[in-house]
Amino acid sequence: MRRRIVPYFLLGPGTIWLVVFFVIPLYYMAKLSLESGVVGSLEFNWHWANYSEALSAYDTQFVRSFYYAGAATLLALLISYPLAYAIAFKAGRWRNLMLFAVVAPFFTTYLIRTIAWETILSDESPVTEFLHTIGLAPSGHILATGPAVIAGLTYNFLPFMILPIYASLERIDVRLIEAAKDLYSSAGQAFWRVTLPLSAPGIVAGTLLTFIPAAGDYVNAQFLGGAGNRMIGNVIQSLYLSQADYPSAAALSFVLMALIMIAVVVYIRFAGSEALMGEEAR
Amino acid sequence: MSESRGTRAWRWLREHAVNIVAALVVVYLLLPIAVILLFSFNNPQGRYNYTWVGFTLDHWAHAFSRPELNEALVTSLKLALLATAVSTIVGTMMALALVRHKFRGRRLANFLIVIPMATPEVVMGAALLSFFLIIGTFSLGFETLLIAHVMFCISFVVVVVRSRLIGFDRSLEEAARDLGADPFETFRLVTLPLIMPGIFGAAMLAFALSIDDFVISNFNSGTTVTFPLYIYGASQRGIPVEVNVIAMILFSVTVAAMGFATWQQRRAEKMASVRPEQEEAPMMPMPGTAAAQ
Repeated sequence: MRRRIVPYFLLGPGTIWLVVFFVIPLYYMAKLSLESGVVGSLEFNWHWANYSEALSAYDTQFVRSFYYAGAATLLALLISYPLAYAIAFKAGRWRNLMLFAVVAPFFTTYLIRTIAWETILSDESPVTEFLHTIGLAPSGHILATGPAVIAGLTYNFLPFMILPIYASLERIDVRLIEAAKDLYSSAGQAFWRVTLPLSAPGIVAGTLLTFIPAAGDYVNAQFLGGAGNRMIGNVIQSLYLSQADYPSAAALSFVLMALIMIAVVVYIRFAGSEALMGEEAR
Repeated sequence: MSESRGTRAWRWLREHAVNIVAALVVVYLLLPIAVILLFSFNNPQGRYNYTWVGFTLDHWAHAFSRPELNEALVTSLKLALLATAVSTIVGTMMALALVRHKFRGRRLANFLIVIPMATPEVVMGAALLSFFLIIGTFSLGFETLLIAHVMFCISFVVVVVRSRLIGFDRSLEEAARDLGADPFETFRLVTLPLIMPGIFGAAMLAFALSIDDFVISNFNSGTTVTFPLYIYGASQRGIPVEVNVIAMILFSVTVAAMGFATWQQRRAEKMASVRPEQEEAPMMPMPGTAAAQ
Protein backbone atom coordinates (compact mmCIF):
# COMPACT_ATOMS: atom_id res chain seq x y z
CA MET A 1 0.00 0.00 0.00
CA ARG A 2 2.76 2.43 0.97
CA ARG A 3 4.67 1.75 -2.23
CA ARG A 4 1.70 2.66 -4.35
CA ILE A 5 1.53 6.11 -2.80
CA VAL A 6 5.22 6.84 -3.43
CA PRO A 7 5.01 7.78 -7.14
CA TYR A 8 2.06 10.08 -6.52
CA PHE A 9 3.89 11.74 -3.65
CA LEU A 10 6.92 12.30 -5.92
CA LEU A 11 4.79 13.60 -8.77
CA GLY A 12 2.51 15.71 -6.59
CA PRO A 13 4.23 19.08 -6.27
CA GLY A 14 5.33 19.29 -9.92
CA THR A 15 1.98 18.14 -11.23
CA ILE A 16 0.12 20.63 -9.08
CA TRP A 17 2.43 23.42 -10.27
CA LEU A 18 1.96 22.52 -13.94
CA VAL A 19 -1.82 22.10 -13.60
CA VAL A 20 -2.35 25.33 -11.65
CA PHE A 21 0.07 27.50 -13.62
CA PHE A 22 -0.10 25.97 -17.08
CA VAL A 23 -3.36 24.06 -17.65
CA ILE A 24 -5.71 26.29 -15.66
CA PRO A 25 -4.30 29.50 -17.22
CA LEU A 26 -5.07 27.99 -20.63
CA TYR A 27 -8.65 27.47 -19.45
CA TYR A 28 -8.86 31.09 -18.29
CA MET A 29 -7.46 32.29 -21.58
CA ALA A 30 -10.02 30.16 -23.44
CA LYS A 31 -12.78 31.79 -21.41
CA LEU A 32 -11.31 35.22 -22.05
CA SER A 33 -11.21 34.56 -25.78
CA LEU A 34 -15.00 34.16 -25.79
CA GLU A 35 -15.81 37.31 -23.85
CA SER A 36 -16.95 40.61 -25.25
CA GLY A 37 -16.91 44.19 -24.06
CA VAL A 38 -14.12 46.49 -22.94
CA VAL A 39 -11.64 45.97 -20.10
CA GLY A 40 -13.38 46.43 -16.79
CA SER A 41 -16.74 45.22 -18.08
CA LEU A 42 -15.81 42.07 -19.98
CA GLU A 43 -18.61 39.58 -20.13
CA PHE A 44 -18.55 35.89 -21.00
CA ASN A 45 -21.09 35.22 -23.75
CA TRP A 46 -19.60 32.66 -26.16
CA HIS A 47 -18.48 35.51 -28.39
CA TRP A 48 -17.03 33.38 -31.21
CA ALA A 49 -16.76 36.48 -33.36
CA ASN A 50 -13.49 37.26 -31.56
CA TYR A 51 -12.00 34.36 -33.47
CA SER A 52 -13.33 35.21 -36.90
CA GLU A 53 -12.54 38.90 -36.49
CA ALA A 54 -9.03 38.29 -35.21
CA LEU A 55 -8.35 35.78 -37.96
CA SER A 56 -9.54 38.00 -40.77
CA ALA A 57 -7.71 41.02 -39.35
CA TYR A 58 -4.38 39.24 -38.88
CA ASP A 59 -4.32 36.45 -41.46
CA THR A 60 -1.26 37.96 -43.20
CA GLN A 61 0.70 37.87 -39.94
CA PHE A 62 -0.26 34.22 -39.45
CA VAL A 63 0.86 33.25 -42.93
CA ARG A 64 4.03 35.30 -42.53
CA SER A 65 4.87 33.67 -39.17
CA PHE A 66 4.58 30.18 -40.60
CA TYR A 67 6.51 31.16 -43.71
CA TYR A 68 9.35 32.76 -41.71
CA ALA A 69 9.45 29.90 -39.20
CA GLY A 70 9.40 27.28 -41.99
CA ALA A 71 12.17 29.03 -43.92
CA ALA A 72 14.27 29.44 -40.76
CA THR A 73 13.77 25.76 -39.87
CA LEU A 74 14.84 24.61 -43.34
CA LEU A 75 17.89 26.89 -43.33
CA ALA A 76 18.82 25.76 -39.83
CA LEU A 77 18.60 22.13 -40.95
CA LEU A 78 20.86 22.73 -43.96
CA ILE A 79 23.39 24.58 -41.81
CA SER A 80 23.22 22.19 -38.84
CA TYR A 81 23.60 18.85 -40.51
CA PRO A 82 27.17 19.29 -41.80
CA LEU A 83 28.29 20.69 -38.45
CA ALA A 84 26.59 17.92 -36.45
CA TYR A 85 28.09 15.36 -38.84
CA ALA A 86 31.56 16.84 -38.49
CA ILE A 87 31.32 16.90 -34.68
CA ALA A 88 30.08 13.30 -34.55
CA PHE A 89 32.45 11.69 -37.04
CA LYS A 90 35.35 13.98 -37.87
CA ALA A 91 36.08 16.27 -34.95
CA GLY A 92 38.27 13.89 -32.92
CA ARG A 93 39.86 15.83 -30.11
CA TRP A 94 38.16 19.03 -31.29
CA ARG A 95 34.77 17.57 -30.42
CA ASN A 96 34.29 19.17 -27.00
CA LEU A 97 35.47 22.53 -28.27
CA MET A 98 33.02 22.42 -31.16
CA LEU A 99 30.17 21.39 -28.86
CA PHE A 100 31.11 24.36 -26.74
CA ALA A 101 30.83 26.63 -29.79
CA VAL A 102 27.33 25.26 -30.38
CA VAL A 103 26.02 26.06 -26.92
CA ALA A 104 28.06 29.26 -26.47
CA PRO A 105 25.33 31.52 -27.94
CA PHE A 106 23.03 30.37 -25.12
CA PHE A 107 25.42 31.90 -22.60
CA THR A 108 24.77 35.39 -23.90
CA THR A 109 21.36 36.92 -23.44
CA TYR A 110 18.88 36.26 -26.25
CA LEU A 111 18.07 39.96 -26.64
CA ILE A 112 21.73 40.99 -26.79
CA ARG A 113 22.44 38.34 -29.43
CA THR A 114 19.58 39.67 -31.54
CA ILE A 115 20.76 43.24 -31.06
CA ALA A 116 24.26 42.12 -32.10
CA TRP A 117 22.69 40.91 -35.35
CA GLU A 118 21.12 44.33 -35.71
CA THR A 119 24.67 45.71 -35.71
CA ILE A 120 25.98 42.99 -38.05
CA LEU A 121 23.20 43.51 -40.60
CA SER A 122 23.10 47.32 -40.44
CA ASP A 123 23.80 49.26 -43.62
CA GLU A 124 27.33 50.31 -42.60
CA SER A 125 28.54 46.87 -41.52
CA PRO A 126 31.22 44.97 -43.48
CA VAL A 127 28.90 41.94 -43.68
CA THR A 128 26.20 43.93 -45.47
CA GLU A 129 28.78 45.47 -47.80
CA PHE A 130 30.21 42.05 -48.61
CA LEU A 131 26.77 40.59 -49.34
CA HIS A 132 26.01 43.64 -51.48
CA THR A 133 29.25 43.16 -53.43
CA ILE A 134 28.57 39.51 -54.20
CA GLY A 135 25.04 40.39 -55.24
CA LEU A 136 23.09 38.82 -52.37
CA ALA A 137 21.83 42.18 -51.10
CA PRO A 138 21.18 44.18 -54.27
CA SER A 139 19.65 47.17 -52.49
CA GLY A 140 22.45 47.42 -49.93
CA HIS A 141 19.93 47.09 -47.08
CA ILE A 142 19.28 43.93 -45.11
CA LEU A 143 17.87 45.29 -41.88
CA ALA A 144 14.08 45.76 -41.74
CA THR A 145 13.42 43.11 -44.40
CA GLY A 146 11.97 39.59 -44.28
CA PRO A 147 15.36 37.90 -44.90
CA ALA A 148 16.81 39.73 -41.87
CA VAL A 149 14.05 38.30 -39.65
CA ILE A 150 14.55 34.82 -41.11
CA ALA A 151 18.31 35.12 -40.56
CA GLY A 152 17.75 36.12 -36.94
CA LEU A 153 15.32 33.25 -36.31
CA THR A 154 17.72 30.80 -37.96
CA TYR A 155 20.61 31.94 -35.80
CA ASN A 156 18.76 32.11 -32.51
CA PHE A 157 17.32 28.60 -32.67
CA LEU A 158 20.26 26.90 -34.42
CA PRO A 159 21.58 25.08 -31.31
CA PHE A 160 18.15 23.45 -30.91
CA MET A 161 18.66 21.92 -34.35
CA ILE A 162 22.33 20.99 -34.05
CA LEU A 163 22.21 19.23 -30.67
CA PRO A 164 19.50 16.61 -31.38
CA ILE A 165 21.00 15.83 -34.80
CA TYR A 166 24.40 15.45 -33.19
CA ALA A 167 22.94 13.23 -30.47
CA SER A 168 21.34 10.90 -33.02
CA LEU A 169 24.45 10.78 -35.26
CA GLU A 170 26.69 10.10 -32.31
CA ARG A 171 24.64 7.04 -31.38
CA ILE A 172 25.01 5.43 -34.80
CA ASP A 173 27.05 2.25 -34.76
CA VAL A 174 29.88 3.06 -37.16
CA ARG A 175 30.08 -0.63 -38.09
CA LEU A 176 26.77 -0.26 -39.94
CA ILE A 177 28.31 2.37 -42.22
CA GLU A 178 31.43 0.21 -42.66
CA ALA A 179 29.22 -2.76 -43.53
CA ALA A 180 27.51 -0.73 -46.25
CA LYS A 181 30.90 0.15 -47.69
CA ASP A 182 32.07 -3.48 -47.47
CA LEU A 183 29.01 -4.36 -49.51
CA TYR A 184 30.26 -2.04 -52.25
CA SER A 185 28.14 1.03 -51.61
CA SER A 186 29.83 4.30 -52.44
CA ALA A 187 30.38 6.86 -49.68
CA GLY A 188 27.37 8.77 -51.01
CA GLN A 189 25.10 5.72 -51.03
CA ALA A 190 26.21 4.77 -47.52
CA PHE A 191 25.28 8.26 -46.38
CA TRP A 192 21.88 8.45 -48.07
CA ARG A 193 20.79 4.92 -47.23
CA VAL A 194 22.36 4.30 -43.81
CA THR A 195 23.54 7.42 -42.00
CA LEU A 196 20.73 9.80 -42.96
CA PRO A 197 17.83 7.44 -42.12
CA LEU A 198 19.46 6.55 -38.79
CA SER A 199 19.70 10.24 -37.89
CA ALA A 200 16.02 10.85 -38.71
CA PRO A 201 14.89 11.02 -35.04
CA GLY A 202 17.37 13.82 -34.48
CA ILE A 203 16.14 15.68 -37.55
CA VAL A 204 12.52 15.35 -36.40
CA ALA A 205 13.32 16.55 -32.88
CA GLY A 206 15.48 19.39 -34.20
CA THR A 207 12.93 20.69 -36.68
CA LEU A 208 10.22 20.70 -33.99
CA LEU A 209 12.44 22.41 -31.42
CA THR A 210 13.27 25.08 -34.01
CA PHE A 211 9.89 25.55 -35.67
CA ILE A 212 7.73 25.84 -32.54
CA PRO A 213 9.62 28.70 -30.85
CA ALA A 214 10.28 30.41 -34.20
CA ALA A 215 6.58 30.49 -35.15
CA GLY A 216 5.64 32.26 -31.92
CA ASP A 217 8.67 34.56 -31.74
CA TYR A 218 8.37 38.35 -31.75
CA VAL A 219 11.83 39.48 -30.70
CA ASN A 220 13.52 38.94 -34.08
CA ALA A 221 10.72 40.62 -36.02
CA GLN A 222 10.80 43.57 -33.64
CA PHE A 223 14.56 44.19 -33.76
CA LEU A 224 15.48 42.98 -37.25
CA GLY A 225 12.25 43.48 -39.19
CA GLY A 226 10.38 46.54 -40.33
CA ALA A 227 6.72 47.51 -40.19
CA GLY A 228 5.98 45.03 -42.98
CA ASN A 229 7.56 42.07 -41.19
CA ARG A 230 5.40 41.80 -38.08
CA MET A 231 4.73 38.23 -37.00
CA ILE A 232 1.73 36.93 -35.08
CA GLY A 233 3.75 37.06 -31.83
CA ASN A 234 4.16 40.81 -32.29
CA VAL A 235 0.40 41.18 -32.71
CA ILE A 236 -0.38 39.13 -29.59
CA GLN A 237 2.19 41.06 -27.57
CA SER A 238 0.91 44.47 -28.57
CA LEU A 239 -2.77 43.54 -28.20
CA TYR A 240 -2.06 42.21 -24.70
CA LEU A 241 0.49 44.67 -23.40
CA SER A 242 -0.25 47.98 -25.11
CA GLN A 243 -3.81 47.88 -26.43
CA ALA A 244 -5.33 45.79 -23.63
CA ASP A 245 -7.57 44.01 -26.17
CA TYR A 246 -7.48 40.79 -24.18
CA PRO A 247 -10.26 38.83 -25.93
CA SER A 248 -8.73 39.23 -29.40
CA ALA A 249 -5.23 38.51 -28.12
CA ALA A 250 -6.46 35.39 -26.31
CA ALA A 251 -8.26 34.18 -29.44
CA LEU A 252 -5.12 34.71 -31.52
CA SER A 253 -3.01 32.81 -28.96
CA PHE A 254 -5.37 29.85 -29.20
CA VAL A 255 -5.38 29.86 -32.97
CA LEU A 256 -1.56 29.99 -32.94
CA MET A 257 -1.37 27.12 -30.47
CA ALA A 258 -3.91 25.07 -32.43
CA LEU A 259 -2.16 25.65 -35.77
CA ILE A 260 1.19 24.65 -34.27
CA MET A 261 -0.36 21.53 -32.70
CA ILE A 262 -1.89 20.57 -36.05
CA ALA A 263 1.41 21.15 -37.83
CA VAL A 264 3.24 19.08 -35.22
CA VAL A 265 0.74 16.21 -35.32
CA VAL A 266 0.78 16.06 -39.13
CA TYR A 267 4.55 16.23 -39.14
CA ILE A 268 4.91 13.49 -36.54
CA ARG A 269 2.44 11.21 -38.36
CA PHE A 270 4.57 11.76 -41.39
CA ALA A 271 7.97 11.51 -39.74
CA GLY A 272 7.49 9.09 -36.83
CA SER A 273 6.65 9.83 -33.23
CA GLU A 274 9.80 8.73 -31.41
CA ALA A 275 11.42 12.10 -31.20
CA LEU A 276 8.92 14.23 -29.36
CA MET A 277 7.66 11.83 -26.74
CA GLY A 278 11.07 10.32 -25.99
CA GLU A 279 10.92 6.90 -24.38
CA GLU A 280 7.18 6.78 -24.16
CA ALA A 281 6.19 6.52 -27.79
CA ARG A 282 8.44 3.61 -28.63
CA MET B 1 51.45 8.23 -62.79
CA SER B 2 51.07 11.40 -60.74
CA GLU B 3 47.88 13.36 -60.45
CA SER B 4 47.79 16.91 -61.67
CA ARG B 5 47.78 19.60 -59.03
CA GLY B 6 44.20 20.54 -59.91
CA THR B 7 42.82 17.07 -59.30
CA ARG B 8 44.69 16.81 -56.05
CA ALA B 9 43.31 20.13 -54.83
CA TRP B 10 39.84 19.01 -55.86
CA ARG B 11 40.26 15.74 -53.97
CA TRP B 12 41.46 17.57 -50.89
CA LEU B 13 38.48 19.90 -51.10
CA ARG B 14 36.06 17.00 -51.46
CA GLU B 15 37.54 15.13 -48.55
CA HIS B 16 37.44 18.13 -46.29
CA ALA B 17 34.21 19.72 -47.54
CA VAL B 18 32.28 18.76 -44.40
CA ASN B 19 34.99 20.15 -42.14
CA ILE B 20 35.16 23.41 -44.09
CA VAL B 21 31.40 23.90 -43.88
CA ALA B 22 31.50 22.99 -40.18
CA ALA B 23 34.24 25.55 -39.54
CA LEU B 24 32.18 28.23 -41.31
CA VAL B 25 29.14 27.37 -39.18
CA VAL B 26 31.25 27.64 -36.03
CA VAL B 27 32.36 31.12 -37.15
CA TYR B 28 28.71 32.02 -37.77
CA LEU B 29 27.74 30.78 -34.29
CA LEU B 30 30.46 32.80 -32.59
CA LEU B 31 30.22 35.96 -34.72
CA PRO B 32 27.57 37.76 -32.60
CA ILE B 33 29.48 36.91 -29.41
CA ALA B 34 32.58 38.49 -30.96
CA VAL B 35 30.49 41.55 -31.86
CA ILE B 36 29.15 41.82 -28.30
CA LEU B 37 32.71 41.59 -26.94
CA LEU B 38 34.04 44.12 -29.46
CA PHE B 39 31.29 46.64 -28.72
CA SER B 40 31.92 46.33 -24.99
CA PHE B 41 35.14 48.24 -25.74
CA ASN B 42 33.38 50.80 -27.91
CA ASN B 43 33.30 54.47 -27.06
CA PRO B 44 30.07 55.71 -28.67
CA GLN B 45 29.48 59.45 -28.72
CA GLY B 46 25.68 59.38 -28.69
CA ARG B 47 23.36 57.05 -26.85
CA TYR B 48 23.39 54.34 -29.50
CA ASN B 49 26.06 51.65 -29.43
CA TYR B 50 25.55 50.42 -33.01
CA THR B 51 28.56 51.74 -34.90
CA TRP B 52 32.20 51.44 -33.97
CA VAL B 53 33.72 54.72 -32.77
CA GLY B 54 36.87 53.99 -30.80
CA PHE B 55 38.50 51.76 -28.23
CA THR B 56 38.09 52.39 -24.50
CA LEU B 57 38.33 50.39 -21.28
CA ASP B 58 36.09 52.86 -19.42
CA HIS B 59 32.99 50.72 -19.51
CA TRP B 60 34.83 47.68 -18.20
CA ALA B 61 36.31 49.80 -15.40
CA HIS B 62 32.84 51.10 -14.51
CA ALA B 63 30.79 48.00 -15.32
CA PHE B 64 28.50 48.47 -12.33
CA SER B 65 28.05 52.22 -12.54
CA ARG B 66 24.37 52.15 -13.54
CA PRO B 67 22.10 51.60 -10.54
CA GLU B 68 19.04 50.60 -12.59
CA LEU B 69 21.05 48.02 -14.50
CA ASN B 70 22.56 46.63 -11.29
CA GLU B 71 19.15 46.38 -9.72
CA ALA B 72 17.81 44.50 -12.76
CA LEU B 73 20.79 42.15 -12.64
CA VAL B 74 20.31 41.42 -8.93
CA THR B 75 16.59 40.76 -9.54
CA SER B 76 17.47 38.36 -12.37
CA LEU B 77 20.03 36.50 -10.27
CA LYS B 78 17.67 36.18 -7.30
CA LEU B 79 14.86 35.03 -9.55
CA ALA B 80 17.05 32.51 -11.38
CA LEU B 81 18.45 31.05 -8.15
CA LEU B 82 15.01 30.60 -6.58
CA ALA B 83 13.42 29.27 -9.78
CA THR B 84 16.34 26.84 -10.20
CA ALA B 85 16.10 25.57 -6.62
CA VAL B 86 12.34 24.96 -6.77
CA SER B 87 12.20 23.52 -10.29
CA THR B 88 15.21 21.25 -9.73
CA ILE B 89 13.76 19.69 -6.58
CA VAL B 90 10.25 19.33 -7.98
CA GLY B 91 11.46 18.16 -11.39
CA THR B 92 13.88 15.58 -9.97
CA MET B 93 11.06 14.11 -7.89
CA MET B 94 8.91 13.83 -11.01
CA ALA B 95 11.72 12.20 -12.98
CA LEU B 96 12.22 9.64 -10.20
CA ALA B 97 8.52 8.80 -10.23
CA LEU B 98 8.43 8.43 -14.01
CA VAL B 99 11.51 6.23 -14.35
CA ARG B 100 11.30 4.18 -11.16
CA HIS B 101 7.59 3.50 -10.77
CA LYS B 102 4.74 2.00 -12.74
CA PHE B 103 1.48 3.69 -11.86
CA ARG B 104 -1.86 4.74 -13.29
CA GLY B 105 -1.74 8.05 -15.10
CA ARG B 106 1.90 7.73 -16.16
CA ARG B 107 1.15 8.61 -19.77
CA LEU B 108 -0.90 11.59 -18.66
CA ALA B 109 1.97 12.80 -16.47
CA ASN B 110 4.36 12.45 -19.41
CA PHE B 111 1.99 14.42 -21.59
CA LEU B 112 1.72 17.16 -18.96
CA ILE B 113 5.52 17.47 -18.99
CA VAL B 114 5.94 17.49 -22.77
CA ILE B 115 3.16 19.92 -23.61
CA PRO B 116 4.73 23.08 -22.07
CA MET B 117 7.86 22.45 -24.15
CA ALA B 118 5.72 22.26 -27.29
CA THR B 119 3.88 25.51 -26.52
CA PRO B 120 5.23 28.78 -27.89
CA GLU B 121 6.40 31.10 -25.13
CA VAL B 122 4.11 33.90 -26.20
CA VAL B 123 1.09 31.64 -25.62
CA MET B 124 2.35 30.59 -22.17
CA GLY B 125 3.03 34.19 -21.24
CA ALA B 126 -0.38 35.36 -22.46
CA ALA B 127 -2.22 32.50 -20.71
CA LEU B 128 -0.48 33.17 -17.39
CA LEU B 129 -1.20 36.88 -17.64
CA SER B 130 -4.89 36.14 -18.34
CA PHE B 131 -4.94 33.89 -15.28
CA PHE B 132 -3.23 36.42 -13.00
CA LEU B 133 -5.49 39.24 -14.19
CA ILE B 134 -8.71 37.29 -13.72
CA ILE B 135 -8.09 35.62 -10.36
CA GLY B 136 -6.38 38.73 -8.96
CA THR B 137 -4.75 36.88 -6.04
CA PHE B 138 -1.21 37.64 -7.14
CA SER B 139 0.07 41.13 -7.82
CA LEU B 140 2.24 41.20 -10.93
CA GLY B 141 5.91 41.38 -10.02
CA PHE B 142 8.62 39.17 -8.55
CA GLU B 143 6.09 36.68 -7.23
CA THR B 144 4.41 36.08 -10.59
CA LEU B 145 7.79 35.97 -12.34
CA LEU B 146 8.93 33.24 -9.96
CA ILE B 147 5.75 31.23 -10.54
CA ALA B 148 6.20 31.53 -14.31
CA HIS B 149 9.91 30.69 -14.32
CA VAL B 150 9.46 27.58 -12.16
CA MET B 151 6.62 26.51 -14.46
CA PHE B 152 8.65 26.59 -17.68
CA CYS B 153 11.80 25.14 -16.07
CA ILE B 154 10.16 22.01 -14.59
CA SER B 155 9.76 20.14 -17.88
CA PHE B 156 13.38 20.67 -18.88
CA VAL B 157 14.62 19.47 -15.49
CA VAL B 158 12.48 16.32 -15.74
CA VAL B 159 13.78 15.52 -19.23
CA VAL B 160 17.44 15.97 -18.27
CA VAL B 161 17.28 14.04 -14.98
CA ARG B 162 15.19 11.30 -16.60
CA SER B 163 17.80 10.70 -19.30
CA ARG B 164 20.37 10.26 -16.52
CA LEU B 165 18.16 7.87 -14.54
CA ILE B 166 17.46 5.67 -17.55
CA GLY B 167 21.13 4.68 -17.80
CA PHE B 168 21.31 3.89 -14.08
CA ASP B 169 22.65 0.54 -12.91
CA ARG B 170 20.16 -0.54 -10.24
CA SER B 171 22.32 -3.43 -8.99
CA LEU B 172 24.29 -0.81 -7.03
CA GLU B 173 21.17 -0.01 -5.05
CA GLU B 174 20.42 -3.68 -4.53
CA ALA B 175 23.96 -4.14 -3.19
CA ALA B 176 23.40 -1.31 -0.70
CA ARG B 177 20.14 -2.92 0.41
CA ASP B 178 21.85 -6.31 0.78
CA LEU B 179 24.43 -4.65 2.99
CA GLY B 180 21.70 -3.50 5.32
CA ALA B 181 20.90 0.06 4.18
CA ASP B 182 17.27 1.14 4.51
CA PRO B 183 15.55 2.75 1.48
CA PHE B 184 16.33 6.29 2.60
CA GLU B 185 19.97 5.50 3.29
CA THR B 186 20.23 3.81 -0.09
CA PHE B 187 18.79 6.88 -1.76
CA ARG B 188 20.95 9.33 0.16
CA LEU B 189 24.22 7.38 -0.03
CA VAL B 190 23.99 5.62 -3.41
CA THR B 191 21.30 6.94 -5.75
CA LEU B 192 21.64 10.65 -5.10
CA PRO B 193 25.45 10.89 -5.47
CA LEU B 194 25.26 8.90 -8.71
CA ILE B 195 22.56 11.03 -10.34
CA MET B 196 24.05 14.25 -8.96
CA PRO B 197 25.82 15.22 -12.23
CA GLY B 198 22.45 14.92 -14.01
CA ILE B 199 20.73 17.03 -11.36
CA PHE B 200 23.54 19.58 -11.53
CA GLY B 201 23.24 19.74 -15.33
CA ALA B 202 19.48 20.17 -15.03
CA ALA B 203 19.95 22.95 -12.49
CA MET B 204 22.37 24.75 -14.79
CA LEU B 205 19.93 24.48 -17.66
CA ALA B 206 17.10 25.83 -15.48
CA PHE B 207 19.31 28.70 -14.35
CA ALA B 208 20.26 29.55 -17.94
CA LEU B 209 16.62 29.41 -19.10
CA SER B 210 15.46 31.60 -16.25
CA ILE B 211 18.13 34.28 -16.40
CA ASP B 212 17.71 34.60 -20.17
CA ASP B 213 13.92 34.54 -20.31
CA PHE B 214 12.37 37.53 -21.98
CA VAL B 215 9.03 36.63 -23.54
CA ILE B 216 7.19 35.13 -20.55
CA SER B 217 8.70 37.75 -18.23
CA ASN B 218 7.61 40.48 -20.63
CA PHE B 219 4.01 39.45 -19.98
CA ASN B 220 4.11 38.79 -16.24
CA SER B 221 6.59 41.23 -14.72
CA GLY B 222 4.33 44.13 -13.77
CA THR B 223 6.81 46.88 -12.91
CA THR B 224 9.63 44.53 -11.85
CA VAL B 225 12.64 44.73 -14.17
CA THR B 226 14.92 41.79 -14.91
CA PHE B 227 18.16 41.96 -16.91
CA PRO B 228 16.53 41.06 -20.27
CA LEU B 229 13.62 43.40 -19.54
CA TYR B 230 16.09 46.20 -18.78
CA ILE B 231 17.75 45.63 -22.15
CA TYR B 232 14.37 45.66 -23.87
CA GLY B 233 13.40 48.92 -22.21
CA ALA B 234 16.79 50.45 -22.95
CA SER B 235 16.77 49.36 -26.60
CA GLN B 236 14.34 52.15 -27.46
CA ARG B 237 16.46 54.92 -25.93
CA GLY B 238 19.92 53.43 -26.61
CA ILE B 239 21.55 50.52 -24.79
CA PRO B 240 24.45 51.51 -22.51
CA VAL B 241 27.80 49.84 -23.25
CA GLU B 242 27.78 48.45 -19.69
CA VAL B 243 25.12 45.98 -20.88
CA ASN B 244 27.70 44.42 -23.23
CA VAL B 245 30.27 44.32 -20.44
CA ILE B 246 27.86 42.58 -18.06
CA ALA B 247 26.78 40.19 -20.81
CA MET B 248 30.41 39.18 -21.31
CA ILE B 249 30.91 38.78 -17.55
CA LEU B 250 27.85 36.51 -17.39
CA PHE B 251 29.20 34.62 -20.39
CA SER B 252 32.55 33.99 -18.69
CA VAL B 253 30.92 32.90 -15.43
CA THR B 254 28.69 30.44 -17.30
CA VAL B 255 31.63 29.04 -19.23
CA ALA B 256 33.51 28.54 -15.97
CA ALA B 257 30.49 26.83 -14.39
CA MET B 258 30.17 24.57 -17.40
CA GLY B 259 33.85 23.67 -17.22
CA PHE B 260 33.35 22.79 -13.57
CA ALA B 261 30.28 20.68 -14.38
CA THR B 262 32.16 18.74 -17.06
CA TRP B 263 35.04 18.12 -14.68
CA GLN B 264 32.69 17.00 -11.91
CA GLN B 265 30.80 14.72 -14.27
CA ARG B 266 33.98 13.06 -15.51
CA ARG B 267 35.18 12.57 -11.97
CA ALA B 268 31.87 11.05 -10.92
CA GLU B 269 31.92 8.76 -13.91
CA LYS B 270 35.45 7.66 -13.20
CA MET B 271 34.71 7.07 -9.52
CA ALA B 272 31.56 5.07 -10.00
CA SER B 273 31.95 3.84 -13.58
CA VAL B 274 28.18 3.43 -13.61
CA ARG B 275 28.02 3.18 -17.35
CA PRO B 276 31.40 1.74 -18.29
CA GLU B 277 30.38 0.92 -21.85
CA GLN B 278 29.22 4.42 -22.67
CA GLU B 279 31.30 7.22 -24.06
CA GLU B 280 31.44 10.43 -22.11
CA ALA B 281 28.24 12.43 -22.25
CA PRO B 282 28.14 15.77 -24.07
CA MET B 283 29.33 18.57 -21.87
CA MET B 284 26.00 19.99 -20.88
CA PRO B 285 22.60 18.40 -21.26
CA MET B 286 20.57 20.73 -23.42
CA PRO B 287 16.87 20.49 -24.16
CA GLY B 288 17.56 19.24 -27.64
CA THR B 289 19.77 16.30 -26.81
CA ALA B 290 17.61 15.31 -23.91
CA ALA B 291 14.42 15.34 -25.94
CA ALA B 292 16.02 13.16 -28.56
CA GLN B 293 17.02 10.51 -26.09
